Amino acid sequence: MTEFGIILLSAVLVNNYVLTKFLGICPFLGVSGKLETAIGMSFAVMFVMTLASTASWIIQQLILIPFDIVYLQTVFFILIIAALVQFVELVMHKTSPVLYQGLGIFLPLITTNCAVLGVAILNVQQDYSFFASVLYGFGAAVGFGLVLVLFSGLRERLEAAPIPEVFKGSPIILITAGMMALAFMGFAGLVKV
Amino acid sequence: MFDLWDKIQETLHLKPQRSFTGGIAHNNQFKLTASQPTVACAMPEMLIHPIKQHIGDPCEPVVSVGDRVLRGQVIAKAQGYVSVPIHASTSGVVERIEEHTIPHPSGLGLTSIFIKPDGLDEVDESLHPLPNYRSVDAVELRERIRNAGVAGLGGAVFPTFIKLVHDGKNPIETVILNGIECEPWLTCDHQLMIEKAHEIITGMDIILHLVDGKKGVIAIEDNKPDAVAVLQKALADMGLTQISIEVLPTKYPQGSEKQLIQVITGKEVPSGSLPLQVGVLSTNVGTSKAIYDAVCLGEPLTERIITVSGDAVPKPANMSVRLGTSMQFLLTQCGVDDFAGIKVVHGGPMMGELLSNDDAPVVKASNGILAMSQALLKRAHFDEDPCIRCGDCGEVCPAGLMPNLLAQHCKEDQFERAQDYNLFDCIECGACSYVCPSHIPLVHYFRYGKGQVAQIQREKAFAEESRMRSEKRDARLAKELAEKEEKRRIAKEKKEARAKALAEKQAAEDATSSVEAGSADKPSVESANENTGKGVAKAIDKPEETS
Amino acid sequence: MELLYPILIFAMLALVIGIGLALASRYFHVEGDPLADKIDSLLPQTQCGQCGYPGCRPYANAVAADEVSVNHCVPGGERTMLQIADIMGVEPKAIEEEETVPVVAYIREDECIGCTLCIKACPVDCIIGAPKQYHTIVADHCTGCTLCLEPCPVDCIDMVETPELLEHWAWPVPGTKRAIKAETRKASHEEKAEGKHV
Repeated sequence: MTEFGIILLSAVLVNNYVLTKFLGICPFLGVSGKLETAIGMSFAVMFVMTLASTASWIIQQLILIPFDIVYLQTVFFILIIAALVQFVELVMHKTSPVLYQGLGIFLPLITTNCAVLGVAILNVQQDYSFFASVLYGFGAAVGFGLVLVLFSGLRERLEAAPIPEVFKGSPIILITAGMMALAFMGFAGLVKV
Repeated sequence: MFDLWDKIQETLHLKPQRSFTGGIAHNNQFKLTASQPTVACAMPEMLIHPIKQHIGDPCEPVVSVGDRVLRGQVIAKAQGYVSVPIHASTSGVVERIEEHTIPHPSGLGLTSIFIKPDGLDEVDESLHPLPNYRSVDAVELRERIRNAGVAGLGGAVFPTFIKLVHDGKNPIETVILNGIECEPWLTCDHQLMIEKAHEIITGMDIILHLVDGKKGVIAIEDNKPDAVAVLQKALADMGLTQISIEVLPTKYPQGSEKQLIQVITGKEVPSGSLPLQVGVLSTNVGTSKAIYDAVCLGEPLTERIITVSGDAVPKPANMSVRLGTSMQFLLTQCGVDDFAGIKVVHGGPMMGELLSNDDAPVVKASNGILAMSQALLKRAHFDEDPCIRCGDCGEVCPAGLMPNLLAQHCKEDQFERAQDYNLFDCIECGACSYVCPSHIPLVHYFRYGKGQVAQIQREKAFAEESRMRSEKRDARLAKELAEKEEKRRIAKEKKEARAKALAEKQAAEDATSSVEAGSADKPSVESANENTGKGVAKAIDKPEETS
Repeated sequence: MELLYPILIFAMLALVIGIGLALASRYFHVEGDPLADKIDSLLPQTQCGQCGYPGCRPYANAVAADEVSVNHCVPGGERTMLQIADIMGVEPKAIEEEETVPVVAYIREDECIGCTLCIKACPVDCIIGAPKQYHTIVADHCTGCTLCLEPCPVDCIDMVETPELLEHWAWPVPGTKRAIKAETRKASHEEKAEGKHV
């Protein structure tokens, strides 16, 4: 039980995918301008990440290892991820067209998001049991969503603040992201994983 | 020790809070006119009555140029429901009806009725006194209060009669008379309470009778002990046990309706609701006296007490002024002679409006005219420094909002976010602007935001209506087109049918002529017979068709 | 041989996923264009055609289909452009045309010949009249689109500024703007007062 708690905590805070592993920066900076798009994107990515890591574990155990084609890992995982992203796009287009339009190109770009592929590959590398790997995928997704939403809140406040001309736009955003990463470094050592 | 225990209890809401969150403790140095008896103002040369002196629809003039009117005569009648009539403040002749400036921050003008006093001050006797109001029908009393032009004299000028209704759904338990007068410089209510205590209490009794209230509370701040004493004595004399007096600590804005209700009854009026919904009715002491005048004396609202004060006025005073007096005249009465170096504030310094034109007339909402020297005003809000996030504004806000955040959003035109932070719960008391160390005009940003939101909603409603009209027009045109097409189709069909019948008839005639010519071809004969038959049938059918 | 199995497995997996997606797309099919509806609700509905499209709905459809940029609506102004850009997820673009004061049309009835051409032209049906009778414009419903000016054969229609109503007055942004506005008003009132005395 504690093992699962540790896995979850580690994936969300200590080894956060965005701020500690520096994966998935593209949507992190791309859709965090507004809170609504950030929340929509984080739900989409959570869905894709969890299912992708589960499916990739299944594929690894049932197909890749028995047939000794572990070298085809990347290809198989991308196939799964692409299908999941396509599914998410369909659902989003139906249920929330404004969000679909607001996310724009970043929605299909989840396919090439290094965080999603990263969670799939890192997951199988760690040789977890089924439930543990699902939890790991879910934890990574929650961590990604958490940081995305927090950062969008910060960016919204930045919009209204009197920032010097030279820093307006990308410079202040990157500086803020760096400060957030510094803050999350404080979680290091919380759990030993 | 016990103070601390009380405070803890209040914070945990174990007992009703004796005071509201936030607020500023003004000292009383600015009450220059306190305890000065009311002075009657001289009659000016011209009385100017704008046709809208209340919240709601403007009135419609019922007099024409050249008419002679008496004091208390209706010169503009109410339009719509949220409206009360306007009366002439003295007898005289209507000189003109045209646009004139009003005490409004926009500087815009409004149609006003100009009356030249004839010096006789003849009174219109059409409204009879009703001293036994308890035996008068409630509907008639309410009509009387409406016809006397009574509106909230605390500054909000909401037509009073609308509140005075006995509603089964929302019964009124407590009637509160607001004698707080928390704004600095203003002392008109203070003086009214000292001089007209009986009238005020009788007015409250009338209100209690009208709404069937359980108890009445007169709320006074503790910086007016003389008023408290006078009212207590009057209450004892009149023997009204339902009514009591509550003395509250001096804090701005104690006199704000929602804050007052919270302190006295312990109930908080929910955001966007009226005090009616928590069973409370609140009016100003001046309004109560006006109700007494309307009912017991049969006098409409034609004059009121105004505090004329400010650091640029040599002889500040509480004056009893006829409505329609020009503010310049009023200020000259108090010794002001140089209007160039001063600015005139209509109302109190916290919530009042800076007038761009001091020739505006006194209206029902005028509770104070302050003439401030430019030097005093210049210090505030001309140079806006950036917000330092000190949090003082949030500490003093009586509504519990975050003014620095709201102002930031309003400034950047992010009105939806401002509304998320409850922009419309702001009562615009001015406490936050007062304490801001960076001199940011916070309340002005809120007013700008509220105005823009109202404008956007109006434009949206108009656009929606236009869209519906446009769609209806498109539907109408499409229908007309379809009908036209239908008619054309029917006409075409008829034409074709007629042509076909004609062709067949022709073919039948040819066939019969060929039969006569002796053609032995059986099929052709049969077919000719068939054709003849058909032709005959068609010939028979045709008349029916064409008819 | 060894290569065949992975290829087969991959192909089968891809096939299964493909069929699944096809079924999903059938189930999640989107009817109509909800995005165009949303954009249309933001437009001011003047139906003036200044955007180059015959009405607000066609422009909304075009924007939703990404055929035209978001800065073509002139009556909507900057606010509408920002809102549409927000929905479409594109950068705001400045409106090229000048934003004009709100106007409504006004017919000089003495000159009207009763031809009904303007009635047919009005996109919101706000002109009252009949053949050989005076026509007049219902100012409350007029959107200021100016489409009635051209058809009029006697040129008797003017566009007048909507008067500033006291109820619709809104506080300006605090700061120097406010001071300037108040000063301008005071100056105009002083002129009027001087005019009266003279």
